[in-house]
Amino acid sequence: MSRAAAGLPLFAAVAVLSAAALPAQAAEPSDTVAIRAEIAAMKADYEARIAALEARVAAAEAARGDSPEETAAGAAPQADSAEMAENSDLEAESEPVTPVANPNAMNPGIAVVLNGNYFSSTRDPSIARMPGFEMAAETGSPPRGFSLAESEVTLMANVDPYMSAALTVAFDGEGAAEVEEAFIQSTSMPGGLTLKGGRFFSGVGYLNERHAHNWMFIDMPLPYRAFMGGQYGDDGVQVRWLAPTEFFLELGGEAFRGEGFPAGGAANRGVGTWTAFVHTGADISDSSSWMAGASWIQADADGRETEDPLLGLDLFSGKTELGILTGVYKWAPGGNGTQRSFTATGEYFFGNESGDFNGVPVDVDRTGWYLQAAYKYRQRWTAGLRYSRIDTDNPGALLVGSTLDSLGVDAWSASALLEYDSSEFGRFRLQYTRDESDLRPSDQFWFQYTVIYGPHVAHRY
Amino acid sequence: MIRKLILGFILALGVSAPSWAMGVFACEPEWAALAQEIGGDKVTTYTATTALQDPHQIQARPSLIAKARSASVVVCTGAELEIGWLPAILNQAANKKIVPGAPGYFEASRYVVLLEKPGQVDRSQGDIHSLGNPHVQSDPRNMLPIGKAMAERFAQIDPANAAYYRARYAAFAVKWNAALVRWQARAAPLRGQPIAVQHKTWIYLESWLGLKRVVALEPKAGVPASSGYLAQVLAVLGKTPVKMVIRSAYEDGRSSEFIAQRAHIPAVVLPYTIGGTPGAKDLYSLYDDTLTRLLGVLK
Repeated sequence: MSRAAAGLPLFAAVAVLSAAALPAQAAEPSDTVAIRAEIAAMKADYEARIAALEARVAAAEAARGDSPEETAAGAAPQADSAEMAENSDLEAESEPVTPVANPNAMNPGIAVVLNGNYFSSTRDPSIARMPGFEMAAETGSPPRGFSLAESEVTLMANVDPYMSAALTVAFDGEGAAEVEEAFIQSTSMPGGLTLKGGRFFSGVGYLNERHAHNWMFIDMPLPYRAFMGGQYGDDGVQVRWLAPTEFFLELGGEAFRGEGFPAGGAANRGVGTWTAFVHTGADISDSSSWMAGASWIQADADGRETEDPLLGLDLFSGKTELGILTGVYKWAPGGNGTQRSFTATGEYFFGNESGDFNGVPVDVDRTGWYLQAAYKYRQRWTAGLRYSRIDTDNPGALLVGSTLDSLGVDAWSASALLEYDSSEFGRFRLQYTRDESDLRPSDQFWFQYTVIYGPHVAHRY
Repeated sequence: MIRKLILGFILALGVSAPSWAMGVFACEPEWAALAQEIGGDKVTTYTATTALQDPHQIQARPSLIAKARSASVVVCTGAELEIGWLPAILNQAANKKIVPGAPGYFEASRYVVLLEKPGQVDRSQGDIHSLGNPHVQSDPRNMLPIGKAMAERFAQIDPANAAYYRARYAAFAVKWNAALVRWQARAAPLRGQPIAVQHKTWIYLESWLGLKRVVALEPKAGVPASSGYLAQVLAVLGKTPVKMVIRSAYEDGRSSEFIAQRAHIPAVVLPYTIGGTPGAKDLYSLYDDTLTRLLGVLK
């Protein structure tokens, strides 16, 4: 109340000043106009300072809690330590503060992701195969029962005014650490260019660049598992160019060492993989938007090893070409996804693998696609459906019974998902999958928690 | 066919060639309006969100990235309000003029004293903002220091028109001060009135009008109220009655309608920003309509 008493005369004074200034404004030389503008600017400046001071007084009053209403509020369930803590801040502010160099001030942002699984399957996951397709490491399912999925630690920061850097280390259940990503990225290139170098997930497709905790479903759809080894990441360089157009148009290209599946053995003296991609997209209305993309990968393999759970080691040297067409659609009422939202994603894969498979010449065409949709039907709750399938050519008489023989399996899988988010940082997912990608179909139930802690990370589209 | 495509592409590039006006990418409608007040016909503004969208939760859509690519300045609230989406847009927009630290990156909340600064930051307190409450636009007095800083920033980015921006600000300040006096007089009956709020969005409005917040319907920032918590709120309101429960236009109304019904008090939807209600058409009518709605339930 005392604040109001103090504030009113000030406002009255300002009112009188403005009232006095206003009527005189008619026909006057321009220098007086300029002077008045200056006075007005000064006045505005004072007004601003008064506003700031009043805000401080209000804060200090609230902090003292000297009015009965405030005391009542203190008893209410909303009473939070944050407001209490504010007091000490303000009191400390009145003391002269000696600035101390904070040794932690330049520490990078640290984000930690933890995952835990419970997995049950009618087929033993350790001997699960996808007949007709090589299975790269990390393509399979987790073991039955409880298990710890990869725990990730990311350290990220701006290096200097010209670039940023990020390191992501993934620890498996046994504690073995793997550098998942470690890259530098330009922040101040002209002309809409962004350069990236180091180890990173390729920008091809839609899901490939996303870390596992940002996938809609717990695992990757079949085409990513069969064609990309789950997710294609490697050591290399990337250039992206965002066109200066009214609509979104992004072009990108990459060159990689060629160590990760579908490449292998760092062919061509350590430049085994080339990629190119283009993305475009726009709003349809306030409520809905879309993105579309096309990607191309050419991966050379020089003695690439993959291990089939039943047939053992396979050796491939040759060329893999793969195209990916991507479509994404998102909807939320009025663009406000707090209560309800809908996302649909579909990708079509087509490609060819040719070369030498275990000493036998091979040339097979392959296709695959998936379609997935998730509907957030109320705050915290999301339900999703996914269908995916993969097809491959017959590899020829010499490879009958080999890993590349599909054994007549018409490979598809369908999943249903229920997700509960305790907040933006905690997620519990239950997924059921009917998997017909092996000789004997299987039913899988998968429960997973994912938590992320550390700085709030912005989400890509 | 290919020739047509290339031709179309070149045309599209040509159409969007940088024009003479400075491009302003405003995160929220109030900053677009303020930038227009300061920039006049020397700027073109683009507003990334509407008043019916929760500014905490926006998709980093392709359209926003394309707009950020060609902007000369982004004008946002800051104080972590846009932390869930703006960094993703800036990261992909590849526009060095508007990255944090560059002159073209303007955060309004830096020019006012932030309230509700948490002393201890931990997500057990919900999705709190570690720098303080970011919803600074609910106190119109904040438009003066922010507008002044914006004029200086525009002058720095576009020195050829520096005098123009400063003069526009001075003219705005005169008009705004008159409006403040008018609002202050109109709002006198609101001083000291006890209220309940759905989300703690309104601390600056409370401090401007002298409203007393008795309780918030969210137990913690961003955590929806359970029925048990709402029962507790009703118990508090039984002991300390309030005049109304307020929420912003983008918020789901279920919890405040529930409380309004049980406690026999009106639930008031405030525009929050321009476009939140039919009456909030520009920067001035935003506060006119806010006051009209608050005063309406006191009668």
